[in-house]
Amino acid sequence: MLRFNQASKSYELSEHSVPALRGVTVSVDRGEFVALVGRSGCGKSTFLHLAGAMDLPTSGEVLVDGLSTRDLDDDQLTQVRRERVGFVFQFFHLFPTLSALENVEMPLQLAGRSKTRRRANELLEVVGLAGLGDRLPYQLSGGQMQRVAIARALGAAPALLLADEPTGNLDSETSAAIMALFRRVNGEFGTAIVMATHSVENAAEADRVLGLADGRLVSDSPSPGNARHSRSVGPPNHGRLHSSSAP
Amino acid sequence: MNRARLLYRLIGRPLIREPVRTWITVLCVSIGVAVVVAIDLAGHAAAGSFRSSMESLQGSASYEITRVGGIPDTAFGVLSKLPVPLEFSARVEAYATVAATGERLPLFGVDILGDEAVRSGVGAELPDLEVLFEQRPVWVPETLGVRVGERIDLAVNDRLETFTVQGLLGNSNWSGTSPQGFVVTDIALAQQVLDRIGLLDRIYVRDPSGGEGDWKALIAGALPSGASLRPAGTGTQESRKLLRSFRWNLQVLSYIALIVGAFLVYNAVSVSVVRRRDLIGVARALGMAAGTVRAGFLAEGCFFGAAGTLVGLVLGRVLAVGAVGLMGQTVQALYVSSAPGDIAIRPWTAAVATVAGLGVSVAAAWWPAREASSVLPAEAMARARRDYEIRGASAYWSQAAGVCAAVSALLCTLPAWDRVPYAGFLGAFGLILAVAMVVPKVAAVSLSAAARPLLRLLGPGAMLGSRTLAGSLGRTAVIVAALATATGMMVSVGIMVGSLRETLIVWMDRQLQADLYVQAEARSGADAAATFSEEVAKTIEGLPAVDDVDRLRRYPISYGGLPSTLALADFRVIGRRSKMRFLGGQDIAAVADTLVASKSVIASEAFGSKHGLGAGDTVRLPIGNGAEEFEIAGIYYDYSAEHGFLLGHREILMRYLPDDRLTGVAVYVSAGVDVEAARSAVIESAAGYRVQVSRNRELREGATEIFDRTFAITYALEAVAIFVAILGMSGALLTLVVDRRAEFGVLRALGAAKRQVRQLVLAQAGMLGLLATSMGFVLGWLLSIVLVKVINKQSFGWTIQFHWPVAILLGAIGVIFAASLAAGTYPARIAATQGPTDGMRGG
Repeated sequence: MLRFNQASKSYELSEHSVPALRGVTVSVDRGEFVALVGRSGCGKSTFLHLAGAMDLPTSGEVLVDGLSTRDLDDDQLTQVRRERVGFVFQFFHLFPTLSALENVEMPLQLAGRSKTRRRANELLEVVGLAGLGDRLPYQLSGGQMQRVAIARALGAAPALLLADEPTGNLDSETSAAIMALFRRVNGEFGTAIVMATHSVENAAEADRVLGLADGRLVSDSPSPGNARHSRSVGPPNHGRLHSSSAP
Repeated sequence: MNRARLLYRLIGRPLIREPVRTWITVLCVSIGVAVVVAIDLAGHAAAGSFRSSMESLQGSASYEITRVGGIPDTAFGVLSKLPVPLEFSARVEAYATVAATGERLPLFGVDILGDEAVRSGVGAELPDLEVLFEQRPVWVPETLGVRVGERIDLAVNDRLETFTVQGLLGNSNWSGTSPQGFVVTDIALAQQVLDRIGLLDRIYVRDPSGGEGDWKALIAGALPSGASLRPAGTGTQESRKLLRSFRWNLQVLSYIALIVGAFLVYNAVSVSVVRRRDLIGVARALGMAAGTVRAGFLAEGCFFGAAGTLVGLVLGRVLAVGAVGLMGQTVQALYVSSAPGDIAIRPWTAAVATVAGLGVSVAAAWWPAREASSVLPAEAMARARRDYEIRGASAYWSQAAGVCAAVSALLCTLPAWDRVPYAGFLGAFGLILAVAMVVPKVAAVSLSAAARPLLRLLGPGAMLGSRTLAGSLGRTAVIVAALATATGMMVSVGIMVGSLRETLIVWMDRQLQADLYVQAEARSGADAAATFSEEVAKTIEGLPAVDDVDRLRRYPISYGGLPSTLALADFRVIGRRSKMRFLGGQDIAAVADTLVASKSVIASEAFGSKHGLGAGDTVRLPIGNGAEEFEIAGIYYDYSAEHGFLLGHREILMRYLPDDRLTGVAVYVSAGVDVEAARSAVIESAAGYRVQVSRNRELREGATEIFDRTFAITYALEAVAIFVAILGMSGALLTLVVDRRAEFGVLRALGAAKRQVRQLVLAQAGMLGLLATSMGFVLGWLLSIVLVKVINKQSFGWTIQFHWPVAILLGAIGVIFAASLAAGTYPARIAATQGPTDGMRGG
């Protein structure tokens, strides 16, 4: 599903180059739930940006669903983001002037899908926000906003969901609910999830934990809670997630 | 010191870090100030110029004697013998056209032999009599490029006269005001070439003691009947007074760009407040006083105003050169024959610029500054609320707009004060304010309603763009108001000018019934017409191709403290031929019979309006014994000149003005005769006289050309206002793009192509343009009613038939809409360069 081959990324600042990721090689399989841990500035967000075709590696390559992002032009990268990857941000990044429903509809509309409203309502139901679609973001709680963001990321039924500290801005109770939702999405729909987190508890929810330090991959191990959550929730339910996603 | 440092960090540093936004705002203010300065300077130059030529020749005279039709020169001898310690200086005044260049210059006949003061002013030595009578000496401006001793041909009235250049007039001849170009010759020679033997146009009176003594009664008693003694320069003052409405109208129009600039300052400071809302919250939480916050944002407005004023003063001086050219043409065509004076920045100009630029900017910054200081720290720091910045759409503003509109309507019913429609101007400004107040509501409703249709028509980007604009009403509404104001003024002036133009064309259709018009080849001005011999009319009258001839003579007069024109025409011919229309609906044939049979005149609408006179009233004219009374038989529609006309039957008026020279002849060609053939016959018959014969169509085309040139400056002023608004809109969109770059990043992360992001911003520009042009159109329509029915009527006294110049309006609105789209292209490009990770980078 996702493969990093000696992928490096540096940012050019005014006088010098700052390496954010250094020669990372790693793979994530379909349906896998991976936690990405490490200190602030270790390269977690950069990893996710490269994985989400939102940025390109300075060297090495990143393959999303078998496509090397370096070989794609801007339109093709856009297609990858539309169809293969979903992204959840720490600060939700909902459009403040659109309702919850319209926020979820947005990527579907950008992709030119039909029946976007029905699909968005289904997704809001999946994340437990049925009936709140008309609310504007400022009328929702932090947890609700993040659920809307997750529903939005699932719009195109992506095979890969990337989440950048999705609970970093939430209290522990809400955080647990969001993590439960991720597990459900991962279990029911077979969506691979890569989640950057500072939380040990959240990392324990994943199948596998990747450790980053100074831009390098320093550990790759099964999660301590792996046994507890290992695919015991039943076979993936691709049918429901994909039911209305036809272009 | 600490406070200053704090203010610098809060206000100054962001201004420096965002140079594009800062300089766009400064540029907008400076253009607004520049236009105000340019019109003030140009208006002063154009209006101030009449004094320069004649009055610089008169020296320090304190009084002048004038008489309609001329003062018998015997009066000069009588005055000179009076037992008073006064100096008298006689003048003959006319205009001469330099044959080689076509340049029209005032021609002054002065007493070169007897008037030593004038002689030294001209720099002339006492010429001997042989030179005076044989060489026909003239003193001409050195700018003409001729040399002393050369011959020069000047067209004077209906003749071409050859003179010898005796001396050159340059700035060195005069102290104080530099003279405008004029030609000086000896008074006797001037009387001869002008065919005005025995007549003077003006006698200046100077008391060498500097006082006014007790000699006025003595002089008045010695004057011929009809002559008047008045302070020197009265005519100039009257002309300036007449010009006041013209200048006022232009001055008010010039403020439109500044009002648009004020909206943009308001927007710039509002954006600063919105952007720094959390910082304000933190600063307030740390103990910053509300007054300090307010002072900080007022200081930002002050900066925009001060920088804009400084740049505007310089830019205004540059623009004034173009403006004075346009205004000078209008002044010469419609008001007074004089070349524009010098453009000089006076203390008053600097004061106007400062009040305009600084005052307006600080006033515009006051509201957002107040809002910034009134916000509570906790509220200011609340992120969700800051993000969702819907403001300004409250019912309060809509209600205030209603009140404002009602007050404006009331103001428009008030009469002019001292012939200037101050209340009308205030009413127009109130309407602009009312529309600006209602913009947030209209924008909120329209943008929200447009979101779903836009989604279907143009895709999700346009829908999001619409919602974003609706969510940023605080800034969106101001930009719409600015562009709507500029559009509204353009539309209103377009309708007013279009209506006046159409009215003029319809009026000319009725008024100009003759086939050919004869006038002296030496060009005429609004205040002085070249004359030609009556023999010309007699000869034309005898031609078989000619059916009727109407003789016309114009005299400049002063009535009620304003310059005006008394015209003599043959009402026997007019009664038969003219389709002249009267305000009272009278029939021209009946009115003409009255004029032929009695001591009566008709007055133009402008004259009646300026002096509060109507049909049946009596006017006392300064002719004959100086107070001849004539009854006004009717007020007729006339759009030829603002100063207004009194028109009477030639035979009757010639009893008081026994000069048979003419200023025009209207020729009616016999039925079945080819007009061009008749023109050839007329030209042939007038050989020996330098007259020109124009066909009816040519005269109309000439009038329309003057009209279009007159209003070119008003269109230029509106175009500047629109340019400022478009510039401001581009800046505002750019700011919006910068402020929302995280949203563009998210959009790109969600799968939006660059093209879709570009479309979003362009759709925003289009929506702003559409809203502004729609509201501008409504505002323009309302303003045009005020302009046509109130301001124009009170300023110039003309009844204008309302007319929609559809093609011009569609063209103007189309261009404004296209310009607003163009204003979005650069911000759209910037938005499209935002990557999916921009604005949300993290660990």
